[in-house]
Amino acid sequence: MSRPRRAGLGRALNFFGPFIGLLLVIALFALIPEVQGRFLRGANFKSVATQSVIVALGALGMTLVIISGGIDLSAASNIALASVITAYAVNAGVSPLLALLFGVLTGGLVGLVNGRLVTRLRLVPFIVTMGMMGIARGAAKWIAGNQKIDAPMTWVNELMAKSPRPSWLLLAPGVWIVILFAVAMAVLLKYTVFGRHVFAVGSNEATARLSGIRTNRVKIAVYAVSGLFCGLSGVMEFSRLTVGDPTVAVGLELDIIAAVVIGGGSLSGGEGSILGTMVGVLIMSFLRNGCTMMGWPNYIQEIIIGAIIIVAVAVDRLRHRAE
Amino acid sequence: MNPPVAAPPVLRMTGVSKSFGATKALDDVTFELGRGEVHALIGENGAGKSTMMKVLSGALAPDAGRMEIDGRPYAPAGPGDGLRCGVSMIYQELTLAPHLTVAENIMLGRELHTAGWLDRRGMRAKVREALELVGHPEISPDAAVGRLSVGAKQIVEIARALINRSRILVMDEPTSSLTQEDSQHLFEIIRGLRDQGVSVVYISHFLEEIQRVADTYTVLRDGRSVGSGTMEGTTLEDIIQLMVGRKFTQLFPRVEHEVGGPVLSLDRLKGRRLAAPVSLTLSKGEILGVAGLIGSGRTEMLRALFGLDEVEGGTIVVSGAELAGRRPWTRIRHGLGLLSEDRQGEGLATSLSVAHNMTLSRLAPYRRGGLLSPARERRAVAEWIGRLAIKAKGPGQKVAGLSGGNQQKVALARLLHQDASVLLLDEPTRGIDVVSKSQIYEWIGGLVRGGKAVLFVSSYLPELLGICDRIAVFHRGALVETRSTKAWDAAGLMAAATVGRASRERPIEQRSAA
Repeated sequence: MSRPRRAGLGRALNFFGPFIGLLLVIALFALIPEVQGRFLRGANFKSVATQSVIVALGALGMTLVIISGGIDLSAASNIALASVITAYAVNAGVSPLLALLFGVLTGGLVGLVNGRLVTRLRLVPFIVTMGMMGIARGAAKWIAGNQKIDAPMTWVNELMAKSPRPSWLLLAPGVWIVILFAVAMAVLLKYTVFGRHVFAVGSNEATARLSGIRTNRVKIAVYAVSGLFCGLSGVMEFSRLTVGDPTVAVGLELDIIAAVVIGGGSLSGGEGSILGTMVGVLIMSFLRNGCTMMGWPNYIQEIIIGAIIIVAVAVDRLRHRAE
Repeated sequence: MNPPVAAPPVLRMTGVSKSFGATKALDDVTFELGRGEVHALIGENGAGKSTMMKVLSGALAPDAGRMEIDGRPYAPAGPGDGLRCGVSMIYQELTLAPHLTVAENIMLGRELHTAGWLDRRGMRAKVREALELVGHPEISPDAAVGRLSVGAKQIVEIARALINRSRILVMDEPTSSLTQEDSQHLFEIIRGLRDQGVSVVYISHFLEEIQRVADTYTVLRDGRSVGSGTMEGTTLEDIIQLMVGRKFTQLFPRVEHEVGGPVLSLDRLKGRRLAAPVSLTLSKGEILGVAGLIGSGRTEMLRALFGLDEVEGGTIVVSGAELAGRRPWTRIRHGLGLLSEDRQGEGLATSLSVAHNMTLSRLAPYRRGGLLSPARERRAVAEWIGRLAIKAKGPGQKVAGLSGGNQQKVALARLLHQDASVLLLDEPTRGIDVVSKSQIYEWIGGLVRGGKAVLFVSSYLPELLGICDRIAVFHRGALVETRSTKAWDAAGLMAAATVGRASRERPIEQRSAA
């Protein structure tokens, strides 16, 4: 009779596992007297949430890519490119909504090309997207004339406002957008045929093919979706900076990948979850936020986050072995 | 003065037990291995053979019991310890590094060197010596292992064990991926080693093979040793009875079925890896066996037929529809289903659950308005688990945690769940125990009785002769002969598969007269 209870406990641990790390990080700073007061304030949580938006959006797509057994190193360059395109469009007098759409679609297009190259040329995603990382970044600089693009203020810039205009929103519209898409992606992964196919391709592509899954289509879709999320993330980047900056988000793809991995995603494919990824994003944001409050220099943050990645993955391994 | 005493055993295990949680994998096992003896370790999947071998090699520590080598206590702290005490394992999956050379593989971990600089010449000499010892001096120490045949790789593995001066060699299913010819070679090598005083623990599901190569046997059932003795004077029936613990009547249960009209026909099908075009027809309610050595074209034919390899010519017609291209999903749509010979690499996504593996090729029944219903899927899968007697904790268990036989059942269940009308089965019973085998034969019988058609590829001739209606034989990439099973015997099949020419037809009149 202890069997069901133990299974229930295991499931509970699996479900809450990622949260434990997050709670530990929050508890850590909450216990330090110097920052306690400022850290535990609602306003601070709000700003952490807003700071998380850009990485979170990229990580939503990256989760899909990593579950499918791939990787998207072009994510950060793609974000920069989309921010430049959005700024360019706003500047050219296009309606803000249309500019936003241009940004998102540019990201999607880059993702689509990634997917086509991975499936058509049968190259490893690491190489294809590493190449695209350079191409997208270069294109962004080219379009922007190697400088920032200034653009007039529009409602797009309010997406990342820490105090949202209708105050009943409580959080920046960007945060709500992330929550909305996170729920949608979680449902997509767990309750749709497409989601199931993504897991199958990542777990064993040969099995997926044998079972009649059109693996190339799945992969192209996965990279395109990742690209669309990068596009949206780029729009948020523009919203935050109010300019289109082609040199923004350098190296951010590693933060995005780290969030997925901390959240239980496996770089060999077939594993990962949206909930885990979102917790991974928050863990990193809270760490940054807390370190900044402590007045610790940037390099300390880098060391801590590096260590966290290794610890998180090691703990995940242990959890798996216990199963 | 002293009466002659039997030579003390090289290895003695007494009262060895090992539990994993609540399951007793080994329960008070006693095992004795004599010097220069080939000792077969027999048991169904999950009987405890692998656990016992892991204990012996030092990979697992027993909960209770003692082990002795040459009368001295043996308690290895890890596989390295076991190796130093002269115990070498040769695993079912080869453990060679494909990019390294034969010599580099054989000497891996025990390279000769002076102050860190490799002594290449010395090592090559040692490797040559070892290869000669196993009777294969023609294998070059400088060849990259990845380019060798499976048989040659097996030999390199053995040479690696010998260089270690192992006195106890444990072989886990060494012939499961070997051709008949390579297996013969292996048996000769094993006999040679035995004559040099090496003791061999031989694990295999092929009982005929055990009968040929082993001197003694021990049967494990549910973690207990239930019988042992000399091979001489023991029949296969005795052993099977010990394995399953009850009288085992029929290995090849015959399910009566009616052969109907053609459902699949290949007309001069040419594939990228097929040497010659293949033509054959498969009828409703028919089991068509496909024999041949590994690499003879049988698997290649299936792969082209299923759209996994390029089709370069000829036609494939399934129930009146012509299929083309390298698109497995079109085959599935037309009712074809393929069971891969490579269960781990291709057949199953082992990091996913039993349920997800089983329903992968047909998710439609669980979809409502674009969303899947996991609850209904679980219910359906639970039913299949019960119907096929799959030993799993439930639909949510990961496939990696199942034993080989149960994994195979899951792979087969996917085809059943998919409701494929033409089943292409590639080595469906490889590496699984007799009872599971017999179950699989029974399902196949039930399927054809229900009007399905089965293409049954196998290296195991008794099962082809036991359950098929007709048997086709491949040799060097070409189909050489198809006959009704009645017109084949094992020798004729072997001749056709190895020489490419069928021996004269077995006189049917004589057979039916008998």
